[in-house]
Amino acid sequence: MIRKSLLFTVAVCGLSLPAFAHNAWFLPSTTVLSDTQQSVTVDAGTSTAPFEPNHNAMNIDGVKVWAPDGSMGTPENPAKGRYRSTFDVKIDKPGTWRIGMENVGISGSFKVDGEPWMVGRRRGPPPGAGGPGAAAPGAGGPPMGGPGAGGPGASAPGGRPRIDPSHIVASVDEIPTNATDIDLTETMGRNEFFVTAGEPSETLFKPSGKGLEFVPVTLPTDLVSNEPAQFRFLVDGQPAAGLEVELIPGGRRYREADGTQKLVTDGDGVLTVTWPMAGMYWLNTSLTDSKPGNPKASKRRMSYTATLEVLAP
Amino acid sequence: MKKTIAIAVSMAATPAIAGTVTVTIPRINVAEYHMPYVAVWIEPKAGGPARTLALWYDVDKRGAEPGTKWLADLRTWWRKGGRSLNLPADGVSGATRAPGAHRIAIPASVKPGSYTLFVEAAREDGGRELVSLPLDIPTRAAAKASGKTELGAVSLSPR
Repeated sequence: MIRKSLLFTVAVCGLSLPAFAHNAWFLPSTTVLSDTQQSVTVDAGTSTAPFEPNHNAMNIDGVKVWAPDGSMGTPENPAKGRYRSTFDVKIDKPGTWRIGMENVGISGSFKVDGEPWMVGRRRGPPPGAGGPGAAAPGAGGPPMGGPGAGGPGASAPGGRPRIDPSHIVASVDEIPTNATDIDLTETMGRNEFFVTAGEPSETLFKPSGKGLEFVPVTLPTDLVSNEPAQFRFLVDGQPAAGLEVELIPGGRRYREADGTQKLVTDGDGVLTVTWPMAGMYWLNTSLTDSKPGNPKASKRRMSYTATLEVLAP
Repeated sequence: MKKTIAIAVSMAATPAIAGTVTVTIPRINVAEYHMPYVAVWIEPKAGGPARTLALWYDVDKRGAEPGTKWLADLRTWWRKGGRSLNLPADGVSGATRAPGAHRIAIPASVKPGSYTLFVEAAREDGGRELVSLPLDIPTRAAAKASGKTELGAVSLSPR
């Protein structure tokens, strides 16, 4: 059953196997700016090694820009290439900005008269197709960072279970009352990076108390290779102790090893990172539990991904 | 009379500084040379905010790419406190300097204690270097350090 539902999830996401190896990443041109007259230009893609555009462009329709004063900015000049999308963000206010995607949805499977059905909008067109659930971000939204989140690939090749398109509903509200074997997972994910103009600010790091959250102890635009950094992770506002976090430095093809660090948070949910070198890092973690916010779901899968720039001392 | 005034002035002037830093900008033979951005600052050894003593950058450049745009390239200074400075800052900021030795006064208002003196230089089309030197206020002895690429000798004298 678990295996089956996994396959269904994969089918919903429209991934091509081995999907687990493709990571979604943002690569900003810079993260520290002297003034408020500049822009950052950002690449976004999915590939095995972070920041190397060689697999798929990220769908950046859902990119959001959180300005330090709490207002929302706008991505400018969006474009999609074969291997990476790009956009600019005008950094016109002082403080620390948050730029990226958040994805909340419910996906899973159920049966009607023994026939397999699933929940979750199919990836790709038609955007804004009718139905009350179509506007809600679903499992078919933009890819989040972690394993299992891949590119907006074409539908899976043969050999895997295919679901009759008429057996897909967009939201949990459309599950028929006679459905059986309901197995739903709530997904919550973030993939983001930070930019600071002038002095940093912490206004955007106030935890909401919902899901998996990243709360910096060391500000993410203050990272230096000879100083260890600390970040706290929370689940529903409580310390996420023992959380496994993966860190991959960019530039993998210029090294023998991929340089992945697999770290674990301490009892207070604090992760301590020692940087082997300066550069861009891709941080990723995910956590599955059985405390979904939606009572119809039985599981909750949360993921967090960030791109961090570490400067030389 | 004139002499006594001169003496009075020199006596009053002497304690107005806590020491002098001399920063040497090396001559670099490249086809396209730009004078470096340089920041000189001190940090209390026991921790505490940095105090910028001098900042040389393209003060007058305006437009879409003002001279301040590249201040973050002095990346250590920027993080240690440069970013909280309102520029231009009186007695601190000034134009970029040509190769040669330049003297910077350590203000008498620097409280006695143990500090580290930092000099950071970043050059367009060039490199970036950070040189540091222990500094005790009041300064008693001369001290010296040297950069290898973007900075030459950095020296400290009590006067």
